[in-house]
Amino acid sequence: MTPGPAFLGYARADGRVGIRNHVLVVPTVICAAVVAERVAAAIAPVGAALPHLAGCGQIGPDLTVTHDTLAAYARHPNVGAVIVVALGCEQVVAQQIADAARQAGRPAHIVSIQAEGGTLRATARGIEIARELAASMDRIERSWCPASSLVLSVKCGGSDYTSGLASNPAVGRLADTLVDLGGAVVLGEIAEIMGAEHLLAARASTPAAGAQLLRVVSRVEAEAMALGVDIRGTQPSPGNIRGGLTTIEEKSLGATHKAGERARLEDVVGYAAPITKRGLTVMDTPGLDVESVTGMVGGGAQIVVFTTGLGTPTGNPIAPVIKVTGNARTAQTMADNIDVDVSGILTAGEPFDAAGRRLFSEVLEVASGRPTAAERLGHREFAIHRRNPTI
Amino acid sequence: MIAAIVVNAGDNVATALESIEAGQTVDAGAVRLTSVDAIPRGHKIALCDIAAGAVVVKYGSPIGTASSPIAAGAHVHTHNVASTRGRGDLQAVRRSPDVNPQGMR
Repeated sequence: MTPGPAFLGYARADGRVGIRNHVLVVPTVICAAVVAERVAAAIAPVGAALPHLAGCGQIGPDLTVTHDTLAAYARHPNVGAVIVVALGCEQVVAQQIADAARQAGRPAHIVSIQAEGGTLRATARGIEIARELAASMDRIERSWCPASSLVLSVKCGGSDYTSGLASNPAVGRLADTLVDLGGAVVLGEIAEIMGAEHLLAARASTPAAGAQLLRVVSRVEAEAMALGVDIRGTQPSPGNIRGGLTTIEEKSLGATHKAGERARLEDVVGYAAPITKRGLTVMDTPGLDVESVTGMVGGGAQIVVFTTGLGTPTGNPIAPVIKVTGNARTAQTMADNIDVDVSGILTAGEPFDAAGRRLFSEVLEVASGRPTAAERLGHREFAIHRRNPTI
Repeated sequence: MIAAIVVNAGDNVATALESIEAGQTVDAGAVRLTSVDAIPRGHKIALCDIAAGAVVVKYGSPIGTASSPIAAGAHVHTHNVASTRGRGDLQAVRRSPDVNPQGMR
């Protein structure tokens, strides 16, 4: 047993620690998505597919992001083995995805729909491989791993007034605790830092990290402004506004509480790029929940803590997503989606630190294998952020 | 008495924890005031008079500027607060005053 807080995880050959042991079924291109989903479904719940809309008709940075995101999932610590389902004529190279997995010490196989001779043969071949891999996954055992090996993604969606006043500060306590122990935290959604960037930049450990944060926020603001419209209506969303949030500044100031109060900003990385520093990293993701979570998990986050005021079901194919609400009504009306209710902060005077400790316990239990609401409900949303048109 | 939360001592708005009717006495931490509007649960109430163009402050930071004069006790929301960020409709980048604390770009 490791001294200090620990959980039962999967110690991987590449030195990283997983908290799930999925057989990942990766379609290289949208054309292979249905076969990939059928292969993964045959070995549910250990099978996880990554259906996506890209993989062909892409040029430049978009193709790179698609490829790199799929490769990042193929070597993710929550993945024990990989099947790549190719069509055969697409841009994304199946061999490179498989190689990414093998370099990380995971078995990887390729099934090509054109080479196998159609949907039925490719599906049958994929399922045959998947069953063998699933059986081999059963032989990999969990062992005690320190909390410092966790990379925690913090996220909010469907925010209302309770997010900034209760759930986000509670998650911030969790983030500070994990960073104090030597763990890593990643915050995305650059648009939802707009108006609060001065607070995060002031916590940068180096001038370069602070400058990079301000540059990325300025770029996203300029991109939004180039469209010639008021960002209000999208940021905050109509639901946010009904929930009491007036401006993006207000939303951002509440949202950035998730990243803690004292954890130093160590790094700013691109979409789905590897998170290499302990402490706080900001990732350049859009505010759309599924694209944001997809990117942060791609960067190496094994677990996501996701606050919501209005309630939202989002999950991920390979990383458990813990839903936290500070809204007592949402805790009741969307009880099947909510893992942790921290509404007592507003209604019963629960201290932020106490709520943070409850969240830390929840993280360790989920990391040790307990399914989240999103996992039980089969929420496996996955979407790769795209910046360029389909050609 | 109905409660509203003040997050930071420098704030000029508080958040209503329950729906407030016009004319109710509101306990907002160090301040006690009378609401002049109905304020839905989770929405904000002005703690003092806020002049048109003045900064609206929550969490100790600017969340926008008053687009019309706001009286103490009034509902503070999209009808009387303008964002200063992402305003492509105005075609000019504006920044929060303290957005660049280390002089970096």
